[in-house]
Amino acid sequence: MIEISSIYKKFESQVVLNDISAVFENGKTNLIIGMSGAGKTVLLKCIVGLLTPDNGKVIYDGRNIITLGKKERHLMRREIGMLFQNAALFDSMSVLENVMFPLDMFSDMTYKERLERARFCLDRVNLIDAQEKYPDELSGGMQKRAAIARAIALEPKYLFCDEPNSGLDPQTSLIIDELIHDITKEYNITTVVNTHDMNSVMGIGDHILFLANGKLAWEGNKDNILNSNNETLNDFLFSSDLVRKVKEMGGK
Amino acid sequence: MILIDSISTFGEYLLLMKRVMSRPERWRIFFRQMLHEMFQLGVNSIPIVLLISFFIGAVICIQLKLNIESPWMPKMVVGYSTREILILEFSSSIMCLILAGKVGSNITSEIGTMRVTQQIDALEIMGVNSASFLILPKISALISMIPILVIFSIAAGTAGAFAIGKFTGIMTPEDLTIGLQYEFNQWFIWCSVIKSVAFAFIITSVSSFYGYRVTGGSLEVGKASTNAVVSCSALILFADMILTQLLMQ
Repeated sequence: MIEISSIYKKFESQVVLNDISAVFENGKTNLIIGMSGAGKTVLLKCIVGLLTPDNGKVIYDGRNIITLGKKERHLMRREIGMLFQNAALFDSMSVLENVMFPLDMFSDMTYKERLERARFCLDRVNLIDAQEKYPDELSGGMQKRAAIARAIALEPKYLFCDEPNSGLDPQTSLIIDELIHDITKEYNITTVVNTHDMNSVMGIGDHILFLANGKLAWEGNKDNILNSNNETLNDFLFSSDLVRKVKEMGGK
Repeated sequence: MILIDSISTFGEYLLLMKRVMSRPERWRIFFRQMLHEMFQLGVNSIPIVLLISFFIGAVICIQLKLNIESPWMPKMVVGYSTREILILEFSSSIMCLILAGKVGSNITSEIGTMRVTQQIDALEIMGVNSASFLILPKISALISMIPILVIFSIAAGTAGAFAIGKFTGIMTPEDLTIGLQYEFNQWFIWCSVIKSVAFAFIITSVSSFYGYRVTGGSLEVGKASTNAVVSCSALILFADMILTQLLMQ
């Protein structure tokens, strides 16, 4: 479980995050949604420790990542898996080497065990046939799947995904969403996904935070989001014709 | 303002170096990367070092022959001066200036691209000390390869001088050999190697620093590469002045 409280962050005079508090539970796919510039990526970076908030706490199962010592923070990061917006696979390594990388760095497994684990992860994301390929030989969706395989290689407790569907077609987006959701349930991990994809919201949103102008404007889940009375959220949601029609049809 | 910016940048550089100079997480991976970098930065630079040194050796020989030829001047002076120029300045300082262009821009663009494509963030998230993981093998690799490149450069420059003497007939190989052997001081070779090791550190650490702090996109990576080469060149010349004073006293 991850608990964030009173997160505040500003860049020079611009306040990007203002007093954001939430709890992300195990086994749930937690979504952070909002318009571009709402502060989603900054919030995610504050949670994973890539940015330090000016105020507030980020507590991972009782450990505040902000006040942890450098060594403890480094050790804790090994419990975190992250899928970046552009996959961020290492260009100089093949897909298999990318997935083996965290195992090479942090596990005490033998080479054979590491190889088996990496192949298992690649098999889990249906990418075993592309194990010898390099990132630039893969499609966007395949890169995302390889990045998920790398993120889960060390069996993380926490999984973060920054706009996992950006640049993907709807069908591939659906596959990535399902994969993230299935992995979350399968390993009972805490997953936080940063997105503005409405299909993801309606498909995997066990818990949803809606950010607007750096503030937490609404909190709920996919079952009650369409019936919200929040005007800003409705403006965001119903800018999509599809969602508007879904609501008109009674959410079916 | 410029002074404050410079001090601030130098401070950032020192902080990065502090992170770089930490114990590698896995020695096996460190040595694997170092070997890879020795090939990339060192072995791949051998052709350009040989080519440039060969021609510069020949040009030095021609210039000296044409400009200091006099009935009062012993014939061996051309060989002697060619040797001293190659050993004391060209094969260490000027060759490192050339390498700053080739290796330095390569390092900055590689690390800069990793930064803008979030590969460095991915390393940090995994709990890897990205500065040490990416930069330390490059520094160690070039420092261990640079003495070999210096020796190759001296040899190629000497071969160039011999070749021009033999094929153009401007001077006999015998005169050149006498000059090359005249009052040879072994310490000068060590001076050259010591200077080149310092320059190798400057090239790798400064270019890595520029790459590591890139923000933005491909345009910024390009600008960082240019700035890295300019800074490396200026620092090499500055360090050359100090080291020459210290080593040749």
